[in-house]
Amino acid sequence: MYRIVSAIFLAENIKKFEIEAPRIAKKRKAGQFVIIRIDQNGERIPLTIADSDPEKGTITIIAQGAGKSTRELNRKEAGDSIADVVGPLGTPSHIENFGTAISIGGGVGTAIAYPTAAALKEAGNYVITINGARSKDLVILEDEMKAVSDEAYITTDDGSYGFHGFVTQKLQELIDSGKKIDFVLAIGPIPMMKAVADVTRPYGIKTVVSLNPIMIDGTGMCGGCRVTVGGEIKFGCIDGPEFDAHQVDFKNLADRNRIYQHEEKEADDTFAHECNLTRQA
Amino acid sequence: MDARTITAKERMAIPRQKMPAQDPVERVGNFREVNLGLTPEQAQQEALRCIQCKDPVCIAGCPVNIKIDQFIKLIAEGDFMGAVRKIKEDNVLPSICGRVCPQEDQCEKVCIIGKKHEPVAIGNLERFVGDYERTSGQKIDPKIAPPTGKKVAVVGSGPASLSCANDLAQYGHKVVVFEALHELGGVLMYGIPEFRLPKEIVREELDGLRRMGIEFRTDVVVGRTITIDELIGEEGFDAVFIGVGAGLPWFMGIPGENLVGVLAANEFLTRVNLMKAYDFLKSSDTPVFDCKGKNVAVFGGGNTAMDAVRTAKRLGAEHAYIVYRRSEKEMPARAEEIHNAKEEGIEFLLLTTPLEFVGDDKAWLTGVKCQKMELGEPDDSGRRRPVPVEGSEYILPIDMAIISIGNGSNPLIHQTTPDIEVSKRETIVVDVNTMQTSKENVYAGGDIVTGGATVILAMGAGRTAAAAINEKLGGTAKNFNEW
Repeated sequence: MYRIVSAIFLAENIKKFEIEAPRIAKKRKAGQFVIIRIDQNGERIPLTIADSDPEKGTITIIAQGAGKSTRELNRKEAGDSIADVVGPLGTPSHIENFGTAISIGGGVGTAIAYPTAAALKEAGNYVITINGARSKDLVILEDEMKAVSDEAYITTDDGSYGFHGFVTQKLQELIDSGKKIDFVLAIGPIPMMKAVADVTRPYGIKTVVSLNPIMIDGTGMCGGCRVTVGGEIKFGCIDGPEFDAHQVDFKNLADRNRIYQHEEKEADDTFAHECNLTRQA
Repeated sequence: MDARTITAKERMAIPRQKMPAQDPVERVGNFREVNLGLTPEQAQQEALRCIQCKDPVCIAGCPVNIKIDQFIKLIAEGDFMGAVRKIKEDNVLPSICGRVCPQEDQCEKVCIIGKKHEPVAIGNLERFVGDYERTSGQKIDPKIAPPTGKKVAVVGSGPASLSCANDLAQYGHKVVVFEALHELGGVLMYGIPEFRLPKEIVREELDGLRRMGIEFRTDVVVGRTITIDELIGEEGFDAVFIGVGAGLPWFMGIPGENLVGVLAANEFLTRVNLMKAYDFLKSSDTPVFDCKGKNVAVFGGGNTAMDAVRTAKRLGAEHAYIVYRRSEKEMPARAEEIHNAKEEGIEFLLLTTPLEFVGDDKAWLTGVKCQKMELGEPDDSGRRRPVPVEGSEYILPIDMAIISIGNGSNPLIHQTTPDIEVSKRETIVVDVNTMQTSKENVYAGGDIVTGGATVILAMGAGRTAAAAINEKLGGTAKNFNEW
């Protein structure tokens, strides 16, 4: 069992956990993930490691309640334990001093963009971050992102905070301003990552995305996480999760991620129903 | 009949005892074990069929050299616990091997009785012995040599690792097993279905290893959570055995393979076996493709393909097909599994090759374009090469495709341990006499060395490695016959 040291909501439905996992805390690098299992009946859920404290022996993960398992996770509090945490999995982000690097996080994707932004900063890059959300209440890690940025921007779809518009509009604006941009990292919903790839492609700016395919073991064994990159089959868990955005077949990823949508909805509905019953009782 | 007074003629008159099994119609509706095991009376009768050869060739036919003649003799005499002791000198997992070993290609293949009659049912007797111990309430644990003070790390917890860990523990070494998944047992847990190998049996056999003092740690991915160099360095292990299996599924490389509904047998079986997806919304949060009333095709002809197709049938598939490009004779699956599959209504589309998967506008699989084949001249493997029949293409409508054409090697360990030499196929290169790798004090065995093979071959490799590790660590040779 792995003990939760702290659990706080960053925004509605988005919760940050610090979990005791000393070996992983010592080992993990930016861009890597863990697989967790809440209890004996639990699914194996891949979640990117947002941060770690090797001294304390803890890792930080940030989860958005999107289905039954993540909603259940988000009900856990400090002092609770979860059954399994395994990792660090995946190939770490490729970090070097590119020059000027832009790190874009969309929604809960910011949790994943943050550690890589920090690593890019540490490697000597001029780091620009674009932190996008639907509205002001859903902006997360604002201070953390600022702390590792030379320039930090917030965008909201409804204009309730920061730049009114999408992250891609802000990115286009930066490109149009004549700034020389050497590297872009984009992490968020699939349509956002695809849109960023489309913006940078004509300029030939090296762009990397972190993919979230369905997976079970996370070590290459099940083959469920295969994605099409440059026309070839790659495994998200060992070849990725980060890939060249200009080579990724985003449609294929989006299609494949829908395989269990019916079952996921069923599980979610059953869970919501049970929660209501508990509340009434 | 008495084992001491039986005549040769009487022996030969005893028919090979047929193992009771669940009725096919009933069993496709459940995940319970198909074979039910011999009764004690049947086991004794079967044991009497063994003529106790002076030079038993069956032993040489067994990858772990179980003293087959001796344990069978004890069964014939009614000393079942004696038989347990005898078998456990060489194999700690008899309940498992009795179920999943391909005896027809090993011990039973060379059985002298088999020349004129059906061979002695050695596998069924092994299973009987293992189950007898498990259900008797008496546990027979091997004697452990005094502690040597040496510590060995075993990576992976499948058959190769478990047999290696067992022997090392008996030599008196401290053994710690590291497993990447949340459950122990490797392919025995995630790969082989409940109806062929009940998971409770694997857990009980693992308990036996725990009683020997072997430590197990789950959720550790060697190569990621910790490296081989760290195990030998700061963690202070004197040697490491790598038995991580061949866990990287191959795909066919044909168009449409990334459509929704095309998956590897590993994924399908792991969801159902390890994650209990057949009980989705009840005791499991992991879904699996809903097979009810659907058409499911499994591509391949090995045991894993049979496991997958029979699982799909149990999950309610209307049509469950095996699509295989050669004929039944060339199928690598065990004859018994092919027979069981047929009994359960699995449809075999032989001499058929998939050319392309086709899907709808939402990228969901709707069918597979197949081509008929005919057998031509023998190829390098000695099997007749399948040759396409021109103009024989047709579309087979299917909702799910399961690819079961084998596994490559997982790169996690050698990527992070560059001084472990690997072959072109990325299997770990070892000295076959000791299973030592190119790296000092690091040994390997099982599928990570051979590519996909059998449980018992992996166990044999684990034993060989254990003996070599023991010698390297200066341990005394243990007499495995001492209990």
